[in-house]
Order: sequence, then structure tokens, then C-alpha cells
Amino acid sequence: MSLQPKSNWELVKNGMFGENTIFRMAISLCPSIAVTNGLKNGVALGVAVVFVQTMVNATISLMRNFIHPKIRIPIFMLVIAGYVTIIDLLMATYARPIYKEIGLYIQIIVAFASIFARAEVYASKNKVWSSICDGFGMGVGFLLAMIVISFFRELLGKGELFGYSLISGNPLLIMILPAGGFLAVGLLMGFFNWVDMKFFGGKGASGV
Amino acid sequence: MDFTKLFELVVSSALINNFVFTMFLGLCIFFGVSKKMETAVGMSITFTAVMVVSAALSWVVYTFIMVPLDLTFLKIIIFIGIVAAFVQSADTIMKKVSPSLYYKLGVYLALITTNCIIIAVPLKNAGEHYNFFESMAFGLGSGLGFGLALIIMASIREKLEVADVPAPFKGLPISFILAGLIALAFTGFSGLITL
Repeated sequence: MSLQPKSNWELVKNGMFGENTIFRMAISLCPSIAVTNGLKNGVALGVAVVFVQTMVNATISLMRNFIHPKIRIPIFMLVIAGYVTIIDLLMATYARPIYKEIGLYIQIIVAFASIFARAEVYASKNKVWSSICDGFGMGVGFLLAMIVISFFRELLGKGELFGYSLISGNPLLIMILPAGGFLAVGLLMGFFNWVDMKFFGGKGASGV
Repeated sequence: MDFTKLFELVVSSALINNFVFTMFLGLCIFFGVSKKMETAVGMSITFTAVMVVSAALSWVVYTFIMVPLDLTFLKIIIFIGIVAAFVQSADTIMKKVSPSLYYKLGVYLALITTNCIIIAVPLKNAGEHYNFFESMAFGLGSGLGFGLALIIMASIREKLEVADVPAPFKGLPISFILAGLIALAFTGFSGLITL
């Protein structure tokens, strides 16, 4: 990435931190809780999203001069659904055990607000290469968020990471229960806001 | 037709397997419109109606078109297409037929396409091989469950407006923690009915 002009790198960085889908924009929240009870699932979904987001941005950007603005929403939906189907079938074939656990959520990538929003806001107006960078950065930002959340949840809830047990004794069962997901995301979000306010003078992303 | 089974499906999808609190779907909308009671009620009504109709529609298309033609691998594309087309046409029809209703609920209709539950229900119906009435019952239960979650959340968040929340936790973070506590309460429903 270092050979690219700086603006592209900045696009990637913006997606990863500045406009992080989950902690900053607070969209695409469903999977951040649903599949983060273990690192493995979190990473698998994150990678799927990186793929879909990058490819959708590239495709929309390539087609941006041919899409009539009035019918853009159904077309975006179809493009997204096409790539989701690809990744869905790929995972169903090559990653059967993971697919059994998170298959439904892979299919639900199709309704992700973040992918649609980037196609609409960025890819439909910009050149292919910078759209790819933007999509990639957004995807990686999502992946990072998934890793952070599932790291804490698996460590505290099961005392394991990637299925290897690290801590003996009684883990906090609540962290892998549904309720724990909400608590973990809420606490992490509050923590990142606190860091932002304390060290960077930001106002925090109270959002919504 | 077995009414007990249908009733069980409605109750279980509304309470035990509540989409928001045990499957974490529809969260964007859930946090987005649960700020005020009024919007929460409007959204719940619109959502439940759309849910039942789109569950029925996609069941018909799945059983009579996709299965005979062996197109089930395209289910994601087709279901999202059905839902988007239905929402769009409902929007247009409502605007013509009942402008006052449109004025009240139209905004929510536009939002619904970004709700993951709307695509999860047809996918689940297809996966579990529910029949027509079971599909509709599942749609109804999911809609009611989402409405219930939304209304509970909205009533608490309205009170929260006047509470003294630490600055970094204002807004979304505290709502998440709140949702966590409600989800904990909903865990109590598990085992109420075994399907």
C-alpha cells in the first residue's frame, strides 16, 4: 500500500478508524453481537464483509456512469446480493463447520447498511481505485471491530482464544450469552468515546 | 391445520427466539427509532404488517417458482428483490390511497428495507420448510416480537433522557447496556415452549 498516493492510504485509514462502522457510525450492528461469541466466527464474518464491501465498491464504481439515478437502489441491492451469494456458496462448500454456525448471518450481509451506504455515498461518485481503497478500509474497520469485541467476549466468557483454553476456573458465562454481547459492545463503545474525549479532544460519537 | 402449532410458533418467535434479543437482528433500526415512543409504535405497526405480507409472498414464490425450477441457490437475491419491490409498491399505493396514513407511517416504510429481520424471516421459512400458514405465523410473531422490543426500549429511553449518564456513555453506549439488561430478562422466556 505504501506505493500508492497518500490519499488512498488515508481513505483506508478513514474507514478503519475515523468512520469505523461499528464504534463510530453505529451501523451494521447486528453481526457485531450475533457472531462475536468466539474469535473464529468473528474473523470469518469480518473477512466475508471485507470481500463483499471491496467488490461491491469496485463494481458500482465501474458502472457508475451507466446506472440511471432513479433505479440505483434496486441495482445496488442486486450487485450486493450477487456478491453475498458468491461468498455464501463458497463458505458453504469450503468452510462447512463455521458456515453451520454463522451461515444465516453471512446471508444477512445483504441487508448491511454500511455496504449500501458506501456504494451510495462513495463508489457511485468516485474512480475505481479510490473506491476500492474506501471499500477495503471500511471492511477492515469492520473486521477490526469484530476482532476486538470477540476477543473480549471469548476470553471472558469461555477463558479461551480461538478455542485454546487460556484461563482456568469459572469464566463469566454472561459474556457469551446474548445479553453479554450488548454489554460488551456498550462498554467498549463507552471506552472508545472516553479515550477520544480524554486524549484527542473529540466530542465522542453519541450518534443516533 | 393445527392451530396449537401456529400459536406456539407466534409465541416462540415473539418471546423465546425474539429476533432482537436472542438473534440480534434489526439492531440498526432498533437503536435508531427507539428514542421516542411515538416513532417506536409507528415502526412496530408498519413493520409487523410488512413482515406478514412479505413472508407470505416469498413463501409463494419459493414454493411455486424457485423449488420447481431448481433456483433455490438464488434465494438471497430473489428474497431481497421481493421485499424491496413489495415495500416500494406499498409505498406508492399508500401514497395514492391514504395520504394521511402515508404521512404517518411512510417514513418507516422506507427504512424497513435496511432491516435485516425482513430478509432473515423468508430465509428461515425456506430453511425450516414451513408451510404457508406457519410462514405467516412466523412472520407475525417476529413482527410482534420486534414491536415489543422496540416499545420496551423506547419507554426506558424516554426516562433515560433525564438521567445523569457519564459523558462517554451518553447516547448509544448506555442504550447498548440497557439492551443487554433487557436481553438478560428475555433469557427467562427460554424453555417456555419446546417446539
